[in-house]
Amino acid sequence: MKKEINFTLNGNPVKIEVMPNEKLLDVLRDRLGIKSPKHGCGRGECGACSVLLNGKSIRSCITLAIEVDGQEITTLEGLEKNGMTDLQKSFLQHNSFQCGFCAPGMTITATELLNKNPHPDEEEVREAIAGNLCRCTGYQNIIDAILDVSKKE
Amino acid sequence: MNNFDYAKPSTIPEAISLYKKYGEKAKLLLGGTDLVVMLDDGVIQPDIVIDLKGIDELKKLEFDGEFLHIGARVTFNELIDSEVVKEKFPILWEASRTIASTGVRNRATLVGNICSAVPSADSAPALLVCNAIVVIATDSGDKEVPITEFFVGPRRTILKPGEIVKEVKIRASNKKFGGSYIKLGRYDGEDLAQVGVATTVNEDKEYSIAFCAVAPKPVRAKEAEEFLKGKDLTDEVLEEAAKLAVKAISPISDIRASKEYRLYVSGVLVKRSLKTSFARMNGNGPKYGERLV
Repeated sequence: MKKEINFTLNGNPVKIEVMPNEKLLDVLRDRLGIKSPKHGCGRGECGACSVLLNGKSIRSCITLAIEVDGQEITTLEGLEKNGMTDLQKSFLQHNSFQCGFCAPGMTITATELLNKNPHPDEEEVREAIAGNLCRCTGYQNIIDAILDVSKKE
Repeated sequence: MNNFDYAKPSTIPEAISLYKKYGEKAKLLLGGTDLVVMLDDGVIQPDIVIDLKGIDELKKLEFDGEFLHIGARVTFNELIDSEVVKEKFPILWEASRTIASTGVRNRATLVGNICSAVPSADSAPALLVCNAIVVIATDSGDKEVPITEFFVGPRRTILKPGEIVKEVKIRASNKKFGGSYIKLGRYDGEDLAQVGVATTVNEDKEYSIAFCAVAPKPVRAKEAEEFLKGKDLTDEVLEEAAKLAVKAISPISDIRASKEYRLYVSGVLVKRSLKTSFARMNGNGPKYGERLV
């Protein structure tokens, strides 16, 4: 049974009919054209599908689309609406990503961290991104970039 | 994922009556970090998913001077961010921090964790040593069940269709105490525990010990607790306590660890946890939240 949901996506109102068994990740990617969240493990373990729900990072692969009715979703597309963020520039500078598959999820998680805690220490950065897996294992450059940008602000 | 109906009631009575109507064919949804995975795998195929996130009273997280009330919608990150939890219930705070990663903890709830009732539930040992009480809403009123009687087996609790856990409550200790939760896993972030151990001790030298991931359900180690009562933690006492504590567990071998390893390391960790709890009581142990493995 389809149900119409209304939510805010990257600042814009969205109205769409969804089935209760549709996942947020699939609706974002396949029906709304938002391609930054990636399907990695599909079980909430790798963090590649991270998006912000009312400012908090969640796993869109284990969230039903119908659950975000009336809520606010922000993806990487929303963060960089006005050009690259300082965090993204820092990632670039540090050559943080190789294949880039984990990059949107890392960016979402690090953005949430810096909003909550603008000057984290290395342990706090490591703890924050513990649930974002990088198959290229480029963690050090990711951590350096987050620490670097946190010192500038 | 099979299709199902979705309902988001705004009151507990509404949720109970829906749940009673569908019985076993209904599943309750909080954070969904377990449920949606099971739906996706087809392990469960409900006719209806009842989302409890529309019920405002389940958001309650408050300390009334005697009890901490943790409503069903309270997430692990909300517990971690709570000053009163950190100050008065530091074992629960410490255990909450070991759960998965922040993106999961933003959604996963403590009540969901115990209702999923996986043997490795990280919140369970902390709740067991704190003698938490589970408050269950039914159509004939609320009932309270000690956490020790709540778990039945892997993924099984005493809950029947139509019964909804509305909160977990924990009495604050009025004695000087220390506690610790040690989770041994292969890596941080998402891994389930190979062994989880929580212990507490108070100024009267009353101890409590609980495990997860090493028995069909989270368990207390009563025999070891009895033995420890009134004793100081000398090396001999710790050895004997560890020996008695592992009698309470019956681990299995799985992808995360062998049975033999779990048995051995449970003894090691129970000693470490007891020593840490004792030191913390006296104000000279590692800070809560610090790495213990």
